[in-house]
Amino acid sequence: MGSAAIELKGITKRFGSVVANNNVNLSVSHGEILSLLGENGSGKTTLMNMISGIYHPDEGQIFINGREAVITSPRDAYDYKIGMIHQHFKLVDVFSAAENIVLGLNDNRKFNVNEVSQRVAQISEKYGFDIDPRKKIYQMSVSEKQTVEIIKVLYRGADILILDEPTAVLTPQETQKLFAVIRRMRDDGKAIIIITHKLHEVLSVSDRVSVLRRGEYVGTLETAKTNETELTEMMVGKKISLNIARSEPKNTADRLVVNNIRCLSREGVTLLDNVSFTARSGEILGIAGIAGSGQRELLEAIAGLQHIDSGEIIYNNPKTGAADNLRDKTPLQIRDLGVRLSFVPEDRLGMGLVGNMDIVDNMMLRSYRRGKGVFLERREPRELADRIIDQLKVVTPGTSTPVRRLSGGNVQKVLVGREIAAAPTVLMAAYPVRGLDINSSYTIYNLLTEQKESGVAVIFVGEDLDVLIELCDRIMVIGGGKITGIVDARRTTKEEIGLLMTKTDGGQINE
Amino acid sequence: MSEKTKHSEPLLRISKRDGLIWWKSWLVRAAAVALALVLCSVIIILITGYNPVQVYSAMIRGSFGTARKFWIMLQNLAMLLCISLAVTPAFKMRFWNIGAEGQVLVGGLATAAVMFYVGDRLPTALMIVIMLAASLAAGIIWAMIPAFFKAKWNTNETLFTLMMNYVATQLVSFFIMIWVPSGSSVMGIINQNSRAGWLPELFGQKYLLNIIIVAVITVAMFIYLKYSKQGYEISVVGESENTAKYIGINVKRVILRTMGLSGALCGVAGFLLVAGTNHTITTTTAGGMGFTAIMVSWLGKFNAGIMVVTSFIIVFLQRGAGEIATKFNLNQSVADILTGIILFFIIGCEFFVNYKINLRKSQKEGK
Amino acid sequence: MISTIASFINAAIIQGIPLLYGATGEIITEKSGNLNLGIPGIMYIGGISGIVGGYIYEYYTPEPVAALCILIPLLSSLLASALMALIYSFLTITLRANQNVTGLALTTFGVGVGNFLGGSLQSFFGKSGSISLLTTGNYFKTALPFADDLGDFGKVFFSYGFLAYLAVIIAIAAGFILNKTRVGLNLRAVGESPATADAAGINVTRYKYVATCVGGAVAGLGGLYFVMDYIAGAWTNDGFGDRGWLAIAIVIFALWKPNLAIPCSFIFGGLYIICTYIPGLSSAAKELIKMLPYLVTIVVLIVISARKRRENQPPAHLGLPYFREER
Repeated sequence: MGSAAIELKGITKRFGSVVANNNVNLSVSHGEILSLLGENGSGKTTLMNMISGIYHPDEGQIFINGREAVITSPRDAYDYKIGMIHQHFKLVDVFSAAENIVLGLNDNRKFNVNEVSQRVAQISEKYGFDIDPRKKIYQMSVSEKQTVEIIKVLYRGADILILDEPTAVLTPQETQKLFAVIRRMRDDGKAIIIITHKLHEVLSVSDRVSVLRRGEYVGTLETAKTNETELTEMMVGKKISLNIARSEPKNTADRLVVNNIRCLSREGVTLLDNVSFTARSGEILGIAGIAGSGQRELLEAIAGLQHIDSGEIIYNNPKTGAADNLRDKTPLQIRDLGVRLSFVPEDRLGMGLVGNMDIVDNMMLRSYRRGKGVFLERREPRELADRIIDQLKVVTPGTSTPVRRLSGGNVQKVLVGREIAAAPTVLMAAYPVRGLDINSSYTIYNLLTEQKESGVAVIFVGEDLDVLIELCDRIMVIGGGKITGIVDARRTTKEEIGLLMTKTDGGQINE
Repeated sequence: MSEKTKHSEPLLRISKRDGLIWWKSWLVRAAAVALALVLCSVIIILITGYNPVQVYSAMIRGSFGTARKFWIMLQNLAMLLCISLAVTPAFKMRFWNIGAEGQVLVGGLATAAVMFYVGDRLPTALMIVIMLAASLAAGIIWAMIPAFFKAKWNTNETLFTLMMNYVATQLVSFFIMIWVPSGSSVMGIINQNSRAGWLPELFGQKYLLNIIIVAVITVAMFIYLKYSKQGYEISVVGESENTAKYIGINVKRVILRTMGLSGALCGVAGFLLVAGTNHTITTTTAGGMGFTAIMVSWLGKFNAGIMVVTSFIIVFLQRGAGEIATKFNLNQSVADILTGIILFFIIGCEFFVNYKINLRKSQKEGK
Repeated sequence: MISTIASFINAAIIQGIPLLYGATGEIITEKSGNLNLGIPGIMYIGGISGIVGGYIYEYYTPEPVAALCILIPLLSSLLASALMALIYSFLTITLRANQNVTGLALTTFGVGVGNFLGGSLQSFFGKSGSISLLTTGNYFKTALPFADDLGDFGKVFFSYGFLAYLAVIIAIAAGFILNKTRVGLNLRAVGESPATADAAGINVTRYKYVATCVGGAVAGLGGLYFVMDYIAGAWTNDGFGDRGWLAIAIVIFALWKPNLAIPCSFIFGGLYIICTYIPGLSSAAKELIKMLPYLVTIVVLIVISARKRRENQPPAHLGLPYFREER
């Protein structure tokens, strides 16, 4: 390849002890679309952030048009004609599209809405966008906002475009439109990188595909010469045996029955669509799926934190035998029904724990209402804190240390320890081992298995398929807010789950 | 590597500290106060030409010179502390109540109204109970109005409470005009002869009762915030609304309840100022303490114990500056200047407690 | 009757001018995301520094020249106010201190400095009595020459000192810059979403510093107008009163738009003095009328929060610190 538009050689980036990217190589030419494929946490976004000047690589070189480039800020990236379209749009809500497009530009032009609009119209015509430059961002749909982001980088003369999960927020129709635009940009000689984990998209739009797995560069293939199975294998890797101890479920009973629930966001976007499943006592139900497919909303709906538009959540109380509907109940009302529901949320320090409080005070979050008096009872929480520190080997200077100063693994032990201490009948854990080292992870696996063996219905949202397959009894796959399949964890394969994870959208496109 | 690569990291990199050991952070703060005091005295010396010893001794005499000065200092300290305690629960909840000035004023107005209209027709004890109840109610209403809109529509509470201050000021002017027919717009001492509704003197000390009451409030607030369930809820809401919802706290109710408490205590402060200290009401009865209290509370880290110290520093400085002004024939406003300077230093030093500055060089070595 | 109305409008505008300076200054500041509650203090500083500048000039010069009589107080006022705003900027932007607390401390300090210097300036120069800079004051007060010939019309439109016209010009210019130029666009982006502005290559820190200091300087002129024009080169302690806070109220009332701040300031100025123009008002009722500006502001605040019209909201990042996320 003569001189690639952009070429990465041996890029390595570490955050503390975590290696986000290790010795990654890839290149894109002008007039080419490259897909960057990988699971969540495989280091795709980190890599692209280094190209767009947000992070600096610890090792390795970046070449632009054959010459080494040093990109230290977003501004530098613009100067190299690199434009990044982030997953979370960077737009000012109260500004019009035109205002956002010229924001921060320093081209010595007078700010003239008509002139900007004209240039925007030119770009739109060239690539087939459909946008009103005077429309305010807050009045726009997600896809319109994305269009503004793309025009924004084109307006700045970008030759190399990076799109971070551009289809995650789009409907199938919008996705098709976007791909048409992307192809037109390629034909115009732009170099394009699409970050994605959707296989069918890779196959339908890109010329070549590079795969990352756990921060490592796996390889690059010509799209025309590959297929879904090969890519899935590259993406998920060979099955790794983790030797997680798993027992056979005993005395299972339907504990939580979710029937056809549907949730809409305030903007009317469907978050959960017709979700139905049953969580049984004495069993771990795994939930697999691309991040942001509705896992968080599902757990929060069950916990009483997410408004449900239709459907029902039935809890079969093992003590009273009653079947209560938890829909539209507050967390407190759920508790008052005698439902012992524990929830380890994804956002540990922003939701599950209070970072500035010490371990004892965090223990009280669930239990502080206990007792009649107006004063807090700290004796029991203190004992609980000591017990958790002791049993789960939490490394901390003491019970009075603010939890934000603990390491990620220890924070998680504190949180999981507290939730388990409430003697739940249902335990929901979202990504409980994210960011944890091996030993802490196994501590968590063992805790979950113990809970299962003591008759708790455990719901485990995970991202590592190896873990899901070895830890869980059944695995439910969620994609785009829908359940795409429930499989037996003892018989399934990573490939099967991987395909289910990416399935729905593909199916929808052909509708 | 090219020359440019070497500068890919910025020269100064600021990062959050994991937390300074407590004595180190207090050392930083003490150093800031000391530095501010030095700067203050340099300014005074430049203005007056007197030597530092004279200036400092005058400053100390302002608070400790005579028994009377000492009592006045304690009284000022008590009132500032009382208002600071009042705004603290709201701040802890991250609700910017900068309307303490107005809440104190309406509290005082309510007390003055009872004193004015009831006169000496009721027994003192009953009268004081009515006055207190009226002040509490007035303070609560004044604080709940912005809180209600905050909870309902997320109306900006900083600007709202700020505006409420001036509505309160005008309300006081209005009533003074009604109560004083001569149109002199000065209320004068209420019930001068009958002393009806005046708080009693304890052991011959006019201010002692005020001071004791505030001392009790201080302890109570400390306990409330640290050991009560409601205090705990306030902390959780302030730290993270998400966590509060996660554990089932009704955030709106906590906002209303806490602002009610905040207003109630401001009402008490107004009551003490009118019934105990001044026996009259003016538009400046709160005297800017409602604003100073915000800074006291913030600098005291919402901890009632530390707030005793911060309000002492400020009152000491104001009394000292007043003494210097009298002695050297200066304008009394010198106190505000010194307060301002010391506040700048204390506000600024928090940065060095919370952040550390890494030079590029030292960072490379660290790798 | 007409002449009463004319003199009312005239008085309302005179009262409105300091408010307009304060409001324009605060709008510029708030557009960068800084809620500067130190504006009342800055306005005191703007006034007193003009007095000090003019005083020293008049004291050492037997025959003061008109140009310098105006220029010296003007420059000292601008400089001192900007310096105050710089203190605020340094504490809140660089040292990341809380904006409310810093602003209030700045107001305490500014009012203190104003009253202190105003009350002691004479004694520093070995004189007694209160300050009176008649010469300087007269230059500031000089109206357009043909104002008197035009009767009521002249009174309403041409009878003011140059600072009054400057206030309107600055407000219009601020409106133009904010809405029609790149700099204004960037500034608004900083106040709305500093992270977005940062990603677009805008130097957020610099914008915040410059906007806050320029805003402070503009607000300070309000104090200068008050002491030089309104009370003709004199100083009374606390004479400026709560006008600084009223200016902050106008910012809300004008929905953060400098152009709207012009009529709003005059309305508020009118409300400030309307009671003296309504015959037969009791002195108590006058006090209630003075409450109106604040009540109206509160109503506006509630209405905009309830209606949630995006164009009328405070800058989204107002009052919050910004620093680039570190990992």
